[in-house]
Amino acid sequence: MAVKVKIPTPLRNLTQDQETVQAQTGTLHDLVGELEGSYPGMRDRLLDEGGEIRRFVNVYVNGEDVRFLQGLKTELGEGDEVSIVPAVAGGA
Amino acid sequence: MSFDRALRCRECGREYPLDPIFSCEFCFGPLEVAYDYDGIREAATRDSIERGPSTLWRYADFLPCDPQHKVDIGTGYTPLIKADRLAKAVGLDTLWLKNDTVNPSWSFKDRVVSVAIARARQFGFDAMACASTGNLANSVAAHSAAAGMECFVFIPDDLEQGKVVGSAIYHPTLVMVEGSYDDVNRLCTELSMSYPWAFVNINVRPYYAEGSRTLAFEVAEQLGWRTPDHVVAPMASGSLFTKIWKGFQEFHKVGLIDEPHTRMSGAQATGCSPIATAYEAETLNFVPQKPNTIARSLAIGNPADGYYALKQMQETGGGAAMVTDDEIVQGIKLLAETEGIFAETAGGVTVACLKQMVDAGFIRRDEETVAFITGAGLKTLEAVIDEVDEPVRVTANADRFVEALDARRSLAGATAGGA
Repeated sequence: MAVKVKIPTPLRNLTQDQETVQAQTGTLHDLVGELEGSYPGMRDRLLDEGGEIRRFVNVYVNGEDVRFLQGLKTELGEGDEVSIVPAVAGGA
Repeated sequence: MSFDRALRCRECGREYPLDPIFSCEFCFGPLEVAYDYDGIREAATRDSIERGPSTLWRYADFLPCDPQHKVDIGTGYTPLIKADRLAKAVGLDTLWLKNDTVNPSWSFKDRVVSVAIARARQFGFDAMACASTGNLANSVAAHSAAAGMECFVFIPDDLEQGKVVGSAIYHPTLVMVEGSYDDVNRLCTELSMSYPWAFVNINVRPYYAEGSRTLAFEVAEQLGWRTPDHVVAPMASGSLFTKIWKGFQEFHKVGLIDEPHTRMSGAQATGCSPIATAYEAETLNFVPQKPNTIARSLAIGNPADGYYALKQMQETGGGAAMVTDDEIVQGIKLLAETEGIFAETAGGVTVACLKQMVDAGFIRRDEETVAFITGAGLKTLEAVIDEVDEPVRVTANADRFVEALDARRSLAGATAGGA
């Protein structure tokens, strides 16, 4: 109930069209595991074969790109907001 | 007519219908427009193109939109200028400048927006939107005004006055976001999932980005249906850089030119250089940066096409360079003083990087080179306002003028002598 996760359109078929879901505190890696448990198939969509965040997926915690934090080891606390966003937007 | 056939994921190859979507549902890879190239080959000849309008619509057969829906305020077919004085200054035998400062809203963004708004109208959108470092906002606002469409443009809150007023004058809803472009982009990507607007560089990005290919088409045509040895272009997201090369390849694919062997090189500011830094580190995986440079039009710390820009350098034998803010200002001045073209900061980045790559021997003197000058200098006066000479101030009297001129000349002489 502690962490709010914003789900992008391409993943909403896994979450029965829910735009946001709730998850427990822990690391971002734990969160991916929890999402996989609740919404099977999620892990493969978010992580590549090597277990890293996919090249074209950006993950933000409270608006900060997790690559500026600790990546999958980033700790998620009470009330944090995680946003999953396709990376191929912007610029020209 | 239009020969777009489907959208296809550049990573996994899955195909999708021609909808307002931009990323693969499976792997999140970028969707690109797939064309019926046989159809284009039948329709487009050198002759048919040469008889077309003096705008980018002469390449309508190559664009992913129905030209019936176009909003034509005169974009494209900009001059390709032989730059002999700048060539001499940097040490090249032959240099051309693609002068895209002369588009209707004074940057190359009018190309991508021309395609995006035509496609958006074809889809039936009533409102246009974008995340922008400034130039794109200017162009989206201008085209929306001309089309009578509602418009929402989102920019970071630290832009130059020319870029802010240059959007506001067209009366869009101008949204200034606290933060960097990357913050603006994330916000807009989230908003695009709930608002029924055509965000040109998000949900209609696959169509929009294709507009940059017209720069390559024009250069090839203007050189007499051939490609140069080397290209230097600025990189923000890396999209423009990759679409120039795609345009050369497509002209070859449909039989309009010989196979291109152009080395493609990209230019960035040191204060925002995720792509150039990855190039130096010989990796395809860039590390995002927090931008800090006067080249705000290139200040994208998390470049959507960075990976493909880096692959393209490998594939074509090109490279990347980065220059400091001071070098950017010197680049703007050098371009203005040698060729009479006043560019915004991105042009300074391009010219300074060109010079650096020639000095380093990476671009050889005998390589025929085209540099892309993508935006006009009046948009970024702040960058150079303290770098130009003070005017010679006089009363309206001929004797006072002679005195003042003598004083200025002796001052210039003393400075030159003292240096």
